[in-house]
Amino acid sequence: MPELASALTPLRSSENSRKVNMTEAAETDQVPVFRTRGLAVYYGDFRAVRDVNLDVRGQEITAFIGPSGCGKSTVLRCFDRMNDLIPSARVEGSVEYHGINLYDKAVDAVEVRRRVGMVFQKPNPFPKSIYDNLAFGPRLNGIKKKNELDEIVESSLKRAALWDEVKDRLKASAMGLSGGQQQRLCIARCIAVEPDVILMDEPCSALDPIATARIEDLMQEIKRDFTIIIVTHNMQQAARVSDRTAFFTTEVNNESDRRTGVLVEFDLTQKMFSRPSDERTEAYVTGRFG
Amino acid sequence: MSIATPDRFGAQSAASLTERLTGARRDVRGRIVEWILLSALGLSLLILVALVVNLVDRAWPVLDGRLGDFLSSGLDASNAAEAGVWQAIRGTLTLAIIVAIVAFPLGIACAIYLEEYAGQSRIARLIRINVRNLAGVPSIVYGILGLTIFVKFAGGLTGGRTVIAGGLTLATLVLPVVIITASEALRAVPQSIREGALGVGATKWEAVRSHVLPSAAPGILTGTVLALSRAAGEAAPLLLVGGITGLLRTGNQSIWQQITEGGFTSMPVAIFSYARQTGADFQAVTGAASLILLVLVIIINGLAIWLRNRFESRW
Repeated sequence: MPELASALTPLRSSENSRKVNMTEAAETDQVPVFRTRGLAVYYGDFRAVRDVNLDVRGQEITAFIGPSGCGKSTVLRCFDRMNDLIPSARVEGSVEYHGINLYDKAVDAVEVRRRVGMVFQKPNPFPKSIYDNLAFGPRLNGIKKKNELDEIVESSLKRAALWDEVKDRLKASAMGLSGGQQQRLCIARCIAVEPDVILMDEPCSALDPIATARIEDLMQEIKRDFTIIIVTHNMQQAARVSDRTAFFTTEVNNESDRRTGVLVEFDLTQKMFSRPSDERTEAYVTGRFG
Repeated sequence: MSIATPDRFGAQSAASLTERLTGARRDVRGRIVEWILLSALGLSLLILVALVVNLVDRAWPVLDGRLGDFLSSGLDASNAAEAGVWQAIRGTLTLAIIVAIVAFPLGIACAIYLEEYAGQSRIARLIRINVRNLAGVPSIVYGILGLTIFVKFAGGLTGGRTVIAGGLTLATLVLPVVIITASEALRAVPQSIREGALGVGATKWEAVRSHVLPSAAPGILTGTVLALSRAAGEAAPLLLVGGITGLLRTGNQSIWQQITEGGFTSMPVAIFSYARQTGADFQAVTGAASLILLVLVIIINGLAIWLRNRFESRW
């Protein structure tokens, strides 16, 4: 654990280990992969989501569900500091990754993203060959030898259940693949850098049901090796694939008439869909609202 | 086949339905607009064709009589039979190379900073607006700037009124255009490409170098090469920084001396020089020089298209 802290905070590492207070984290294995406390995200003056407290456990699939605008993608994007790309975004509260506050000033977002990969809503392969898509991440990590890269490309594609479909055309452009194949390629690209966590932001919303089913199978295959958090609009998908589900909704501020996302309930998926404790969750999962 | 009751649009029978569907009402306005647009296009093409025809007609005595001689003779605005353009062609190509070496890397670097690093701060926005305004500054103003900075102030480095000073002036002139076109090409790269690269742990520079720049390369190249052809066609600023108009003697100077010490001219300057002379002989010389400049610019633009296609097919 101290190594993780110093890896994430390459600058001023001795000072940081004090700052991020590693001692508690190191002494217990109970530390969740992610722990948020009082998390709120603002875009300029607009508060997109507030008071998110949740613990994401390792080697599980956690699903975020809720109506549009409830802040689930926004929360997801805190876990790999992707919100940094939006100039107006500002984060309050804490997001801890294995006990280290990701928004500590000393934390390097690039190091975070090497451990926390992301699959996006729209498949976004690089406009390069299939091989180069896969090899990009490993090359960043200093792997230069061709046979090592070949091995990583093959094993990642196999784990993403794409190898058989593309093994004869690794040098062909990734843009020539179908949407579902492109998305599996993006998952393979993620796997290729051996992350700790894979974040998926509505990975199937642009795919047909067959391609969706393949991605869902794939998630079950790889969840032994990776912690997965998936944002989905599709409640059935959350029910099918996830171990735990977080339900977000929007609250309208009567004074400003602005919507803010809130976390309503977070529990085992089975319980969320059979006997949720909050009536708003029940209304949503039974289709009476949202 | 008949319709039992009148339909919602009032067709009483199969026959009246047929009549209505087969276009009793024509889209007259649409057709008029189409014709206006087509005639605008026709008029523009006509003007261009007339221009070329007029040039060829004017230049014919030279093209037919002494094209080879014309291409290999130097600048001479006193004797139409001796006048030529080889110094001007060489000058224009030298200027183009200087512009490419100076303005392209500088402009592309500025664009990368403005688009990928500067963010949305007030200063960044102010700079972006002003770069746009700079692109609209008349070229003669850049000539004054070049005279002040590159000829007088930095004369020790440029050698005064040399092709280097001229090239730097033109580079300054096209720099805003290069920045704008490169910025637009970078902005056209989808954000998802950046996210994809950052998502597997690339630093900002790694994402830009490996993915954003290659994706933007065709657009950047096209824009910059078009900026080059603009530079190749400018006369006004060069007249101020020392483009030679009357007679250019290069004697037995070495190429290096000609670049660092000697006078220079360029195609537009030569055209200006010949156009000021009277007489049918010089009209022909002017026309021929104009045609050659046109061909040069077309070659440069063709190069832009070729480069773009080549880079695009690499994906």
